[in-house]
Amino acid sequence: MSSKTTAGAQSSAVMLKPGESKLHHFWRVNKTGWGFLLPFMVLFLTFTVIPVFVAMALSVTDYNMIQVPNFTGLTNYRLLLLEDDVFIIAVQNTLVFACIIGPAGYIMSFGMAWFISLCKRGRGALALAFYAPSLTSGTAMSVIWLVIFAGDRTGYLNHLLIKVGLISDPILWTKDATYILPVIVIISAWMSMGTGFLVFLAGLSNIDPELYEAGRVDGIKNPLQQLFYITLPLMKPQLLFGSINTIVSSLAVFDVATAVAGFPSPNYSAHTIVAHLYDYAFTRFQMGYASAIAMFLFAITFGLSRICMRVFRSET
Amino acid sequence: MFRKPKIQTQGVRIRKKVKISKILLYILVAALLVFTVLPMICMVCRAFMPMTELFIYPPRIFVRHPTLQNFVDLLSSLSSSTVPFTRYIFNSLWVTIVTVFLSVVVCSMGAYGMVKHKPVGAATIFTIVIAALSFSGHVTKIPNYMIVSGVGLIDSYAALIVPSIATAYNFFLVKQFCEQLPDSLLEAARIDGAKEFRIFWTIAMPLLKSAWSTLAVFSFVSSWNDSFSPLVYIQTDSMKTLPLALQTMAGGAGVVARSGTVGAATFLTTAPTIIVYTVMKGRVMDTMAYSGIKS
Repeated sequence: MSSKTTAGAQSSAVMLKPGESKLHHFWRVNKTGWGFLLPFMVLFLTFTVIPVFVAMALSVTDYNMIQVPNFTGLTNYRLLLLEDDVFIIAVQNTLVFACIIGPAGYIMSFGMAWFISLCKRGRGALALAFYAPSLTSGTAMSVIWLVIFAGDRTGYLNHLLIKVGLISDPILWTKDATYILPVIVIISAWMSMGTGFLVFLAGLSNIDPELYEAGRVDGIKNPLQQLFYITLPLMKPQLLFGSINTIVSSLAVFDVATAVAGFPSPNYSAHTIVAHLYDYAFTRFQMGYASAIAMFLFAITFGLSRICMRVFRSET
Repeated sequence: MFRKPKIQTQGVRIRKKVKISKILLYILVAALLVFTVLPMICMVCRAFMPMTELFIYPPRIFVRHPTLQNFVDLLSSLSSSTVPFTRYIFNSLWVTIVTVFLSVVVCSMGAYGMVKHKPVGAATIFTIVIAALSFSGHVTKIPNYMIVSGVGLIDSYAALIVPSIATAYNFFLVKQFCEQLPDSLLEAARIDGAKEFRIFWTIAMPLLKSAWSTLAVFSFVSSWNDSFSPLVYIQTDSMKTLPLALQTMAGGAGVVARSGTVGAATFLTTAPTIIVYTVMKGRVMDTMAYSGIKS
């Protein structure tokens, strides 16, 4: 691999010098690259790669930070999937979030990026207006959302609905278990709508205008045909990157949910997988059980991302 | 509803149809923008509202008599309590700036080394990085916590900084951009006898400016907004960063805070990321153009 890839201008440095041992040559060719990669690799392995395997190993133990862990086989998973009712609620809630926020956010991000790319002026302002919520902190903005969804007459939404005449008494949006889920869906959607947006916007602006011209010659009549026959197929790499980001972020709903509905939320109506993970890991310190939850999250996100990689496979 | 006159030609009718769908599209986009922008306006207004307007009924979205009193109260009077608010601002700034700087250097170096020196194993590492893009940081939080507490870094700035330096996302962005660097330039410097690190620092880094500026923006946003890490790693009040401090100030989760100081604090927590993005917008767009994944 080394000899092939550093071909060209560098080839003299790559060739085996007379009297040089193979091992020495191998070291000479690779040491600079490894040197540059070293700091990244040390941190990346320590905090991302190895932890995945550690979490995997912990998930089959009863580790609790104090006692020596015992191997318990699949007990954690059995408890988690069959007997932990709260976890089932958490999974249901998370899936409801993800199924609404994910696709809606993805489509709106693309739609908005497409719209902006067709605009002649004001692109920057439009992009900022749409993307700004993605830049905010969930915990910070929940302060404002709590005022909007406040349970008394002074809440903006209650005031509006009473004024219009849709309701006569204020609704306890963030306390009443029936409303919590929709409220959090709205807030999370607001926050994560821009996940793939920049990628899409950049991808769209990168498409060669000559291709559209060629398409027109070949009989493409309207912008919608243009979108389906030219734009989307060319944007597969960006669509893939955007979809992976969307999956990861929409399944990780946590801080907005707890900041708005409190923790634990009434009837666990805003309980999510990550909230459950946090609860077992950092308030009960049942690291083994919590690791099983982490592995469950890992399996879902990883599996869905693999599916996306199939769907958006670019022909080469 | 009027029936359209029959004399209309086919072409005009099509144009009418296009116009109606265009108007619908504009309405949809406008509604979407109102949805995204209104809470932001609300946030800005509440930071500048005097007490009299904050507690008024019916509630107001727009501020009539803007005042800076909330900021004055936040930054001065709170100093009498145990931890002054300026301390949280400092914590957030310090943690974020160090994280961004180290992430820029470490990820750019790694990406440059991978693309331009292609050591044995580079392809495998890249496959792992791509795989790491597809699961969230929550998966690795427990082992990370064990490492951080094992090394004795709990309740320190390092606990908030070190784990978020080498992220797959940041590495990926620079790596994609690195592919554009012309080899000839680097080779010319090599012939002139420049050391490899010098070539990276004085030739490659200036050329990779858009890429690492973008990385800096994303790293800034995620580090500044991170509420999970301080929640897990920080115990002392004076070590908290803004998102966590704000939540404590607002009275904890699920409490409607109606004080002017909380409004001002929310503003100070939200504004920096938006400013950073706005300043760097052009470079971000340059870089994102290369961010697709070919599978």
